[in-house]
Amino acid sequence: MDYFERFAIPHPSPAIYASMVAIGFTVIALIFVLTYFKLWGYLWREWLTTVDHKKIGIMYLISAIVMLFRGGADAIMMRAQMAVPNNTLLDAQHYNEIFTTHGTVMIIFMAMPFIMAFMNFIVPLQIGARDVAFPRLNALSFWLFFMGAMLLNISFVIGGSPDAGWTNYFPLADNEFSPSVGTNYYLFALQISGLGTLMTGINMIVTILRMRAPGMTLMKMPMFTWSAFIANVIIVFAFPVLTVALTMGTFDRLFATKFFTTTDGGMDMLWANFFWVWGHPEVYILILPAFGIYSEIISTFSKRNLYGYKSMVGSMVIISFLSFLVWTHHFFTMGQGALTNSIFSITTMAIAVPTGVKIFNWLFTLWKGNIEFTTPMLYSMLFIPTFTIGGVTGVMLGMSAADYQYHNTMFLVAHFHMVIIPGVVFAMLAGLHYYWPKMFGFMLNEKIGKITAWVIAIGTLLTFMPMFFSGLDGQARRMYTYTESTGFGIWNMISFIGAIGFTIGFMLIVYNVYYSIRYSPRNIGMDPWDARTLEWATPNPVPFYNFAKQPHVNSVETFWDSKNNGHELFPEPYEDIHMPSNSGMPFILACIFFAWGFSFVFSMWIPAILSTIGIFICMALRSLEKDPGYYVTVKEIKETEKKLRGVQ
Amino acid sequence: MKVDQSLPLEYSTEQNKNNILGFWVFLGAEIMLFGTLFAAYFVLADRTGSGPTGVEIFQITPVLIETFILLTSSFTIGLGINAMRKGNLKAMITFYVITLLLGLSFLGVEIYEFVHYAHIGAAITVSAFTSTLLTTLGTHGAHVTFGLVWGILIVYQLIKRGLTPETANKSFIFSLYWHFLDVVWIFIFSFVYLKGMI
Ligand code: HEM
Ligand SMILES: [Cu+2]
Repeated sequence: MDYFERFAIPHPSPAIYASMVAIGFTVIALIFVLTYFKLWGYLWREWLTTVDHKKIGIMYLISAIVMLFRGGADAIMMRAQMAVPNNTLLDAQHYNEIFTTHGTVMIIFMAMPFIMAFMNFIVPLQIGARDVAFPRLNALSFWLFFMGAMLLNISFVIGGSPDAGWTNYFPLADNEFSPSVGTNYYLFALQISGLGTLMTGINMIVTILRMRAPGMTLMKMPMFTWSAFIANVIIVFAFPVLTVALTMGTFDRLFATKFFTTTDGGMDMLWANFFWVWGHPEVYILILPAFGIYSEIISTFSKRNLYGYKSMVGSMVIISFLSFLVWTHHFFTMGQGALTNSIFSITTMAIAVPTGVKIFNWLFTLWKGNIEFTTPMLYSMLFIPTFTIGGVTGVMLGMSAADYQYHNTMFLVAHFHMVIIPGVVFAMLAGLHYYWPKMFGFMLNEKIGKITAWVIAIGTLLTFMPMFFSGLDGQARRMYTYTESTGFGIWNMISFIGAIGFTIGFMLIVYNVYYSIRYSPRNIGMDPWDARTLEWATPNPVPFYNFAKQPHVNSVETFWDSKNNGHELFPEPYEDIHMPSNSGMPFILACIFFAWGFSFVFSMWIPAILSTIGIFICMALRSLEKDPGYYVTVKEIKETEKKLRGVQ
Repeated sequence: MKVDQSLPLEYSTEQNKNNILGFWVFLGAEIMLFGTLFAAYFVLADRTGSGPTGVEIFQITPVLIETFILLTSSFTIGLGINAMRKGNLKAMITFYVITLLLGLSFLGVEIYEFVHYAHIGAAITVSAFTSTLLTTLGTHGAHVTFGLVWGILIVYQLIKRGLTPETANKSFIFSLYWHFLDVVWIFIFSFVYLKGMI
């Protein structure tokens, strides 16, 4: 029994035991349903072994939404605890655990896969490709992300959650101050999913550089593809820094090295530096593809081309470059000199310039446009003003002298939520509505969609605007309670109400999906939004080979030109299509990675060594394998197309 | 699979070109990885706590041997690629095997070096300096070890399957990897050992 003692939770509560039981029942129910309806084979053939970028995209999407609810549950618990002074709903330890997992889940396991979902699904279609450059690697990326997410998510029922913040600062995160295995979970979950992200980065860069349809020069790429390209370049340069930092943290905790210790020469600030050298580019990895989605949507529903295409691209390149030069602004108060702070203040504020360029480009696109207020457009219009509040307060934080007042207060919390929620989450919801017909072949209900957009936008403002005020009044972040005399009560109560609004908004989305599955018409044709770019030149939902014939591109808005200006999109005859074969290897390898991470979390060395060997065996098998793929014949293509389009 | 005869074998299909570009991008990520390790090393090199300093533990002889072996192996794998371009499979395999043997002896010397450090009280847990020194060296060493296993698999495939667009592509990519490890070593040699010895 001693052996199993380590899996106990160090700081349990009835709620955690209840979740344990709930998780147990859900797993049993899932197994039962899958067995009863004989779905195991389907699951394995169609999903677990797929290398199709579209299915992988959909799996990212589902994971992101599930994680949104997990992170959302954390959020509502925190807001409930803070709603009134001296509340005892949660104690300090649980509050620490919850804000840690909330941040980690939301950034790494909600926002990232959401972005990945759209990049996977849309980019190959937008550039007229049959798949990504390395389809099997793509599947591995997904499964690594997925296993990383699972690892973090089981922490609260097996061994204890991480509790040192999503920033995991040392020395707080070392063995002395974080004795439970929680921080190990954090380190390995991020490491495993980070590996997957890095692979996606490489994959997407090669896909975009090498697999564009004939005629699509770099400057004729749709804006979302551009943004995905830049984001992936940032991924390739930023994620290795995280890899190293996590490895060092892991070594400190498991093997007693002295990187971030306060004794024997270790330097805790090194972690903070490395973390933010990755962390600040990371927020741009999230926001750039989101900007890309807004660009597509705003131009589609203004019925005109995107204003300032070149300056859009240019500003993204500048942002990507600057994003590596600002990391110190996250710890202006932590000991570097005035000169360093001033330099980083300037670089930080400089980022607002290219960001502003983008905002004005969207506004000029709207100018004289023929605007149509669909749900995706509504999200985009709500994004511009709310995001600007977040951006402006970012510039305030960027002034290092003033930051001594704001740092580590609720003002900071308000800032980053006001950029990430309108910037990233609204974009993802807009993209969800916009691309839903492409993914599933029917539309989400517009009326419910618009109501939801308003509910969520009002929820955002109600939740986060009060934090600016309580923050300026001195309410510190990450404190689990406060006294009545501080006067923070009213602000936190408003926040709590806003958070309930949020919850209603997300419920409405679920309801919309349910409603639309039941009632939405299925014969929507190819182009329900009267869109402009190449992804809409395929039937909905898209056949597995994407394009029956090789498309030819003449401009940024080639599909629009084919509809209105007589451009011939498919001048070539049918040809056999080469497709990659399915493989169970990525899933199996990722499962071994899960076992590997889990073994290290609990310092179980024998399973750790065995799973390491397993990983290498999988890689060796892959090296020796011949993987020629297969061909879809012209006859099959014609039949499929006939079924999908009803015409030749 | 369309094969373009006008290009060298390793570039002859679309997938091959993708693979090579992808690997270059991966090397970009590797540069960041080692760049971060070097950054940590520069920050922590003088933070020796109660442990030894670089001057006290570095020995010139094993380091010179390692450098010599690794530089030679970079040369022999270059000869291997040259043989591949000429279509001389036998010579190619010979050069690859020599490269791997050199890699193995490099690893041997490096293991000796690590054992030596542990003996004289410079184990990885002693100070920030030893932690970052051994992690940087160890990461490079782990890459070499990985390369050895990978190289053996490639030689095996060359023997079994001969020179095809796939095997040529793999061998070429492996050579990029090997050269890269050499470049990293040159940085280690200059900025860790030479800088640490003076
Ligand atoms: C106009 C551009 C922006 C500027 C000038 C800016 C500036 C800053 C500054 C100075 C801080 C640190 C403040 C402190 O700790 O006291 C900060 C924190 C943060 N910002 Fe921004 N920011 C900008 C845009 C963004 C965007 C677009 C995102 C995300 C999509 C973002 C996400 C964050 C996050 C997540 C944090 C802090 C997280 C933490 O400490 O837990 N920011 N920002
Ligand atoms: Cu930042």
